[in-house]
Amino acid sequence: MSDIAGTKPALRWVVHASVIFLVVLWVVPTLGLLISSFRTADQIATSGWWRSLFPSEQNLTLRSAAPETQVLDNGVYVIEGQLFGDDQQATISKWGISSRDVGAFEPGQTAELRRGGTITVSADGEYRMENTEEFTGNRGPRIFVTAELPPEFTFDNYQKVLLDQSSTDSMGKAFFNTLTVTIPATIIPILVAAFAAYALAWMDFPGRALLIAAVVGLLVVPLQLALIPLLKFHLNIGIGKGYLGVWLAHTGFGMPLAIYLLRNYMAGLPRDLIENARVDGATEFQIFTKLILPLSFPALASFAIFQFLWTWNDLLVAKVFLIDATGQTTVMTNRIVELLGTRGGNWEILATAAFVSIFVPLVVFFAMQKYLVRGLLAGSVK
Amino acid sequence: MTPALQGLLTIAIGVSGCVGYFYLSNQFIDKVLFPPRGPNAGRNINRANIIRPWLFLFPAMAALGLYLAYPVVETLRLSLTERVPGGSYRWVGLDNYVQMAAEPKFWEAMRNNMLWLIVVPAMSTAFGLLVAQLTDRIRWGNFAKSLIFMPMAISFVGASVIWKLVYDSRPAEQDQIGILNALYIFFGGTDPQTWLTLPFWNSLFLMVVLIWIQTGFAMVILSAALRGIPEETIEAAILDGANPFQIFFKIKVPQIKTTILVVWTTITITVLKVFDIVFAMTNGQWETQVLANYMYDKLFRANDWGVGSASAMVIMLLVAPILVWNVRNARKEME
Repeated sequence: MSDIAGTKPALRWVVHASVIFLVVLWVVPTLGLLISSFRTADQIATSGWWRSLFPSEQNLTLRSAAPETQVLDNGVYVIEGQLFGDDQQATISKWGISSRDVGAFEPGQTAELRRGGTITVSADGEYRMENTEEFTGNRGPRIFVTAELPPEFTFDNYQKVLLDQSSTDSMGKAFFNTLTVTIPATIIPILVAAFAAYALAWMDFPGRALLIAAVVGLLVVPLQLALIPLLKFHLNIGIGKGYLGVWLAHTGFGMPLAIYLLRNYMAGLPRDLIENARVDGATEFQIFTKLILPLSFPALASFAIFQFLWTWNDLLVAKVFLIDATGQTTVMTNRIVELLGTRGGNWEILATAAFVSIFVPLVVFFAMQKYLVRGLLAGSVK
Repeated sequence: MTPALQGLLTIAIGVSGCVGYFYLSNQFIDKVLFPPRGPNAGRNINRANIIRPWLFLFPAMAALGLYLAYPVVETLRLSLTERVPGGSYRWVGLDNYVQMAAEPKFWEAMRNNMLWLIVVPAMSTAFGLLVAQLTDRIRWGNFAKSLIFMPMAISFVGASVIWKLVYDSRPAEQDQIGILNALYIFFGGTDPQTWLTLPFWNSLFLMVVLIWIQTGFAMVILSAALRGIPEETIEAAILDGANPFQIFFKIKVPQIKTTILVVWTTITITVLKVFDIVFAMTNGQWETQVLANYMYDKLFRANDWGVGSASAMVIMLLVAPILVWNVRNARKEME
């Protein structure tokens, strides 16, 4: 096929530009939250996250060191120091000693202090105060600077959200709860579905076509319908709300897709292979475990990723079947919704909590994208 | 016992239980019930082969029946009954539906849901098709697709937090920290808007979140479909002097019509079930209610199982045409 876009350079540029535009549009919201999770509460509240990537000009009110640090040097009392902390790089463009005129002086100029003496501030924040008499008082004078500060990021939010046990914002427990829900809810349906898929793909029995049609139909039944009847059922048989209930529910809800995906894949395996094995005297059980299961690995992986993402990201099933009044079994999605309610304005906590929960699926997504794409292509009913 | 240990134990019990069930039940028919030996060997093999599929199918069918098929029937029953104190139920006919139809909140949810059903599948499919076509011919296309596909991995709740920051609003005298308001002011808007409280528009802002997630799905499927188009048809069009737009709309799109329909219906089903986004971002306030959230409200806040089940049946009814269509297609394909 000849390169249609290539025949017109102008059109090709339009294509590149539009794709860049769309990608930026799609990535920016996530990027905003990611960057915010590395900023302090003050930074988030006072400036947009996009400003944090570049050096920003800020007006700061700082103080020189206290008079008790002064030294006598050639008959002059001197206080020297650095206005910014040791690890902070900043460039002062203007400074002042009165709140009414915060930009009165250029770096390097000398100002007369109101209570006697002079002060010189250089661009990098070094200052020197001189006085013929002793400096008095217990605090140094205020210095107003307009400075360009480099981007500054912190891991404190993650520390607080992940590791701080006492904190009410802790996600550590919810993280493990989510993991506890997810792993059995991913593994068990695969096994159950694989046997059924094999029977539907390669065994002959009356009603097979009907069963396959039923699976396709159940594929789209909204799980909302299942909430009350199953909660009632769980309460009646004594499971109540808990992990067992949520594992069973996820197994049931994941079953149609699992059977559908695996059956389609297994039905596509070469007929000769299976018939030869049968002729050689292998039992159906052996054919399944030794031949079909290993060959179906791509389909198994596809479904595993779907089910993992779905159970990890789920809120509704966990809320209905798992989380009881004690809140001990809360999962991350539920914690985030709670934080949205109680901490709606604390973006540093929200952003960090959200990223803790998003991080694992993103890793799985990028590592196993190939299988996810394959699964999607096989799973959408044609 | 800690949940983690309990989890591990469950995996062990679950997996070994499944394997054990399949293995032992197979052993049982082969060795005990119908051994392929002795005078009736032939008949026994046939009998074993009649039973075996059902052994393989039983656990899956039990799960499907209990967790998906039975609830449809039970929800229908609940929607026609009313709970009376003491744990029993009273048949009330269509009263729950009548009561629901009298609630303005229900019609608000219906209206919004219809809007969702039109806007989200249409926009997701359109964007997906656009990205699939644009990235088809460029060298870094796969990288671009990967990034647009990424929101698929993010939970609806996570996406809600992401977009809440985008829609954030501060008083006019402060710096805006939500990018939408920052852009709005940059391009000459006067007052920062609280986007999620503007009736009608706020529903659209919620839909943006789902479009953002679903576009990747549409793109992946449509991208594969575009690549499957026979090259001769396009070559012929080029020889006939068709321009790129004509090729796209007159040659490519008609050939992937069925795939577009599949993508559309799949997203439609997702839309009908959407709950988390509305629940996390507005909880149905400011006229953003949708059916799934309305149902959750009725079931678990108002504790009204009758009306809750009735609204679940409405969702089921809306899904039903797609269900029938899917089943028909699947049967056609198998023949």
